[in-house]
Amino acid sequence: MIMTILYLLGALSIGAGLFINRNKLVNYILTSLFIVLQWGFTIYAYFHLNITEAEYFTFDSLGVLLLLVLSTISIPAIFHSHRYIDLHNEPAKSQSIYFSALIILIAAIGLAYLANHIAVMWIFAEITTLAASALIYHHRNKLALEGTWKYVFICAVSVAFIFIGILFLSLSLGKASSDSLSFQYMISRATTLNQFWLKLAFLFIFTGFTVKAGLVPMFTAGVDAKDKAPGPIAALLSSVLMNMGVVGIFRTYKIIANTPIQYWANLVIGISAVLSIFVATVYMIKVKNIKRMFAYSSIEHMGLVMLAISVGGIGYYAAILHIVLHAFVKSSLFFQYNQIYRVYQDKNIYHIGNYFKYNPTGAIVILLGFISATAMPPSGLFVSEFLIFRALFEGHQIFLLIAVLLLLTIIIWAFAKNILKVLFTPLTNFDESNVPIIKPWESYSQYALIILSIYLGLTPPDFFVQLIKESVMFLS
Amino acid sequence: MINVLLITFLITLLYMSIANRLLTYLKVLAFQGVILFVVTFIQLHEINTLNLILILLETIVFKSVAVPLFMAHILKRNKITREAEPYVPYFVSLIITTLIVVTTILLSGTIKDPNLDKIFFVVALSTIFFGLYIIASRRKIITHVMGYLVIENGVFVLSLAVGNEMPMLVNLGVMLDIFASVLILGIFLNKIGDVFKNIDVEELSNLKDY
Repeated sequence: MIMTILYLLGALSIGAGLFINRNKLVNYILTSLFIVLQWGFTIYAYFHLNITEAEYFTFDSLGVLLLLVLSTISIPAIFHSHRYIDLHNEPAKSQSIYFSALIILIAAIGLAYLANHIAVMWIFAEITTLAASALIYHHRNKLALEGTWKYVFICAVSVAFIFIGILFLSLSLGKASSDSLSFQYMISRATTLNQFWLKLAFLFIFTGFTVKAGLVPMFTAGVDAKDKAPGPIAALLSSVLMNMGVVGIFRTYKIIANTPIQYWANLVIGISAVLSIFVATVYMIKVKNIKRMFAYSSIEHMGLVMLAISVGGIGYYAAILHIVLHAFVKSSLFFQYNQIYRVYQDKNIYHIGNYFKYNPTGAIVILLGFISATAMPPSGLFVSEFLIFRALFEGHQIFLLIAVLLLLTIIIWAFAKNILKVLFTPLTNFDESNVPIIKPWESYSQYALIILSIYLGLTPPDFFVQLIKESVMFLS
Repeated sequence: MINVLLITFLITLLYMSIANRLLTYLKVLAFQGVILFVVTFIQLHEINTLNLILILLETIVFKSVAVPLFMAHILKRNKITREAEPYVPYFVSLIITTLIVVTTILLSGTIKDPNLDKIFFVVALSTIFFGLYIIASRRKIITHVMGYLVIENGVFVLSLAVGNEMPMLVNLGVMLDIFASVLILGIFLNKIGDVFKNIDVEELSNLKDY
């Protein structure tokens, strides 16, 4: 029995079912069914490590680890989506498009993690673009259209870039057949690859995946998309979808890591990483839209991850740990964002304040999320960022380390200034009579995610460490 | 024969860089589709027949008939002005395009790979960069889409260079064409015309940080 095909068919049929269905109860049943399917597939994948199915999907450690993260985040994502849709009272048609696109998005991200062939991964990256654009356009107004148009256009260019990279990769193989574009085969043949083509291929593939991963040069579309997408979708876009971009870069990097041009690739990644952190700093200082602020913070974290990969050593381990923990923290912040919006009906920081008064449970989520996103102890991200700095130190990149630390300090200052205003500063002339009462249970999933990130960072269980170690095994 | 066709393809790029009317752009795109049709027919001789027919159909039906016709329809329906309205003079555009071509030729001189026909590489890479240049230098959203279609043509030329060994990659390229064109043209260009009255990039600057 081939589980991957079953999963794909199951997700497709649930997606189709949600698309035609107009009944609320059936909708709940179908989405719950998808969670069961998603977790069944994840657990199956975990117990069949390193087995290849349907020729193009391998349950390798990196894929399974991120699949676990995806499945964990997909539960609150679906839960908050239901809350979101119920409160917005939208036409039935747009509801069904929302849920079916959500299911397709989650399934496509999961299969992109597991793909062992670069072309297959590329196909699933395309499908995520399609599903994500339907979700970003959910509100059907002028601004949403602008955000969607930018996202779709830049993603189309990026997808073309990745394809050009794949063509160059095939040229680097010399005489080859279609099967030889699998990651495993290329790693085994790494030393015989033509280096000129490999360099070009890496440049194009890297640039292509920066849209999904949120790095310089193509980060802009992602920020606009997260701004206009509904909260639960923005949570997925800035956590698991970004991880997909990192996986694409990481798997290509693994091929390069076994060739003499590794140093050159490190340089490319490093430049992009430092520029990403720099750009994030500049925008964090002036940003006033709370959703975009979270999005720029994601860019900063992805920059750190790339920096870790480019210095190597313990950095590889830290990079994988960081994307996992960051996914939990950032998604919980975006889930909480929707409740902020329900209180203030605004996302501009000038019009938000004293959140502790209106929703203490949610305010603690924002506070904890802020502590985690700025990597202060005792958050889990503190551990991974500390490891990244250690990697920089051991790689003799002292000046780089100092520069990055300075930029991070500015980011913490800007982030803290905004978040503390949101939490404590009372608003003048704010009409309190319309503030809805938000039940504490709506924030429980965010607590769970943040506590999970602290737990995994401070006392990582053995199987978790094992999975990360296996993912970075062939890198020295 | 292939060389003549590919050089004609390059010349269409130069022509496009100084074209003034949007309809001329569409005609050039359609003509490029026809060239790609013939090149595919001559180049992919080792591929199985059914697959070849599929690819040929894509070039002739999709690239050179359906997409230009649909874009012309959009132009007419949204009453878009006929000029391309570039940010830079046409003369500068021509020089930049020439520079792009010369640079790729110089770059191809450094390659020592017997497996590759260099002319494919030169034409493909200069088409891709020319497409990016069109996107950056023209004002209208619809010219951005045309620039993207030019990039797709460049990608297609590149995929033909490896088409005999890996027919799968050509098929994937065809898939990219159809997927992106349907997504961009079908859904959004239609919608964007309805919502934004004059389709200029300046209209798309309402998403801000504050």
